[in-house]
Amino acid sequence: MEFGLSESQQLLKDNARKFFAGECPMAEVRRIMETDTAYDAALWAKMVEQGYTGIIFPEEYGGVGLGIVEFILLMEEAGRALVPGPFFSTVALAGALIDAVADPEQKKRYLAPICAGEARSTVAILEATASWNSADVQIASANGKLTGEKLFVPDAMEADFIIVVARDGVFAVDAKASGINIQRMEALDLTRKLYSVRFSGTPAEKLANAAGLARALDVAAAALVAEMVGGMQRTLDITVEYAKTRKQFGKPIGMFQAVQHHCADMYLETESARSAAYYAAWALEENAPDAAVAVSIAKMYASDAARTVGNRGIQVHGGMGFTWENDLHLYYRRAKASETAFGDSTYHRERIAGLVIDAGAVSVQSA
Amino acid sequence: MDLNLSAEERLFRDELRAWLGTNVPKDWAEWREKPLEETFPYLRAWQRKLDEGRWAAVSWPKEYGGRSATLMQQAIFWEEMAQVQAPPMANALGLGLIGPTIIAYGTEAQKKRFVPKILSAEEIWCQGFSEPNAGSDLAGLQTEARLDGDHYVVNGQKVWTSYGWVGDWCELVVRTDANVPKHKGLTVLLVNMKSPGVDVRPLRQMTGESEFNELFFRDVRVPVENVLGKVNDGWNVAVSTLMYERGSYGARLHLLFKRNIERLIELSRTFQRNGHPAARDPLMRQKLAQCYGEIEIMRLNQLRAFSRITATGVPGPEGSILKIFWSELNQRVQQVAQELLGPYGQLVGGDSRAIDNGIWSYGYLRTRGNTIEAGTSEVQRNIIGHFVLGLPRSY
Repeated sequence: MEFGLSESQQLLKDNARKFFAGECPMAEVRRIMETDTAYDAALWAKMVEQGYTGIIFPEEYGGVGLGIVEFILLMEEAGRALVPGPFFSTVALAGALIDAVADPEQKKRYLAPICAGEARSTVAILEATASWNSADVQIASANGKLTGEKLFVPDAMEADFIIVVARDGVFAVDAKASGINIQRMEALDLTRKLYSVRFSGTPAEKLANAAGLARALDVAAAALVAEMVGGMQRTLDITVEYAKTRKQFGKPIGMFQAVQHHCADMYLETESARSAAYYAAWALEENAPDAAVAVSIAKMYASDAARTVGNRGIQVHGGMGFTWENDLHLYYRRAKASETAFGDSTYHRERIAGLVIDAGAVSVQSA
Repeated sequence: MDLNLSAEERLFRDELRAWLGTNVPKDWAEWREKPLEETFPYLRAWQRKLDEGRWAAVSWPKEYGGRSATLMQQAIFWEEMAQVQAPPMANALGLGLIGPTIIAYGTEAQKKRFVPKILSAEEIWCQGFSEPNAGSDLAGLQTEARLDGDHYVVNGQKVWTSYGWVGDWCELVVRTDANVPKHKGLTVLLVNMKSPGVDVRPLRQMTGESEFNELFFRDVRVPVENVLGKVNDGWNVAVSTLMYERGSYGARLHLLFKRNIERLIELSRTFQRNGHPAARDPLMRQKLAQCYGEIEIMRLNQLRAFSRITATGVPGPEGSILKIFWSELNQRVQQVAQELLGPYGQLVGGDSRAIDNGIWSYGYLRTRGNTIEAGTSEVQRNIIGHFVLGLPRSY
């Protein structure tokens, strides 16, 4: 049993960190987030060159064929660098979903261009109820067409095609199809823009097998948790550095226990979220029986931890933490968006209860 | 990363399973609720049996009667012991902390003299570290040992000593030089508890029981050959003992926590809340799920720490997050238990309506000690701040 990273896993993580530090430093993040869709073609091309857009997908569609653990390590570093734009939406969300629910012919048309870096995509799930429970999805197809509105769709304006979760299956919709109207939803996270997507008799292609949907969304959620861990780590690093250099009363503020203990708690929360994220990735990769519970535990913990790590980081920075100039608020904004995406801690606690308390009740009754 | 058992780990587990299958006592359930004073001979006999099968101290090197087990194998050991509800071992401190310290620092004569009897539970060990005026600041301890010919003469007081009442020997930290900085004047002595001048008194704690003792030393004579390690190097010896405290202890705790949450989930199906079983109450579901998830994260943090120790060879200061995590989590779990049980939560063992013979009211009080014993949460956070994050020392 080995919970540490293998040499090749560590190498992939180190390389990703170096890559993002070089190609996507904070100055670039700030420049790109001020653009209309936070998409930068040059950065995208470099990520494609690294193989990142095909990292977990089968080689027959042009992917690299690595495992979910490797993917999670890449996402952690992407989160640490606060990489803006549609990478998460395209790869972790749309790509993973297509890989899980499409047939080989559909994968050639939708997954292969993602791997090749030629297409960007996203997934539309939420509606006006903003419920992550799939039973609350209302939109359904009629004669191969979709009508209705999806909300909180990340990066929709940059998508070449949009994957839509509907009552009667999962559909692929051409972003330039007739009767589609995409509008920006102005929100906190400047690096990952949100949109409403309205369909009015929009032609849609049904993907073959919706049975893989739940697991694919778990892969996306685990990837998001990894991204959150990266953001927490960066927030911790920035904060510790500040506590070492900022002086008050003639001493570095990091010498005061009130400050040290904030930092210690940030460390504890970051490491604990990381343990949960890595295990969730491994459980998904191995199709372990507790994979769904593991993902919910990770998202439950990280949703709260990402927020409190941000809270503490800003507090330790004092007035500097409240400025626009300091980078912490950019991570804090992303953390809030990620907290609710795929369900916040309340949602996942209820999901755990369903899997653990209710499932247990069934087995007791039948015994 | 591969969380499947390796072939070697599976072999270890299977051998242990087979041994436990034929050797684990079947009547422990009848004994477990009795006071420790009554069960102690039973626990000694069980440890002797484990030692005969070479299972008493799996983490110890093979040449000293152990199995040189890896941390993962140790975790497997405790998991298997919990699975069959095996009784604990009598000489817990000797096996877990003091034996390994003697193996690391002792002379050949000391190892030969003490180690076999630790394994067989023939001699029970206790630990004399904390003092009334030296808790978190352990190095400030005042118990003194003065050299008199070929003996040290010990005077002073120790507190919070587990197993003091039954201890045959004590790993005692004393001050042998008061004229140097506090860390540099300490020495560890191996003290026979039957020596004249040793007085052991029970220390009654807030739960009403006496897990711990106070030890008083008045002109106790200890032969110089019972110095462990070097004179005035006692701080390093003592710290090494404290490091073992963090080893596989957590693996045992996790199984206890897991049993607790499973029991609470079971109780939630019968305890009523707002007119229906608590298991269907949205708020209780949230709280139980939070505990369940955090107990799992405690296990994962431990496994990751084990892997890191295996890779680097030493338990690092990161171990401090394990201590903070389990101790604070245990308090949260006990609070949820109290909310679930309502007025029944306060009933103590012996009351005919007490749930699970009062373990929840006991646990509620006992877990207050968790964030204090073995290094307070504040000290653990200082350790993380300074030794892990590199912030300047605060004290």
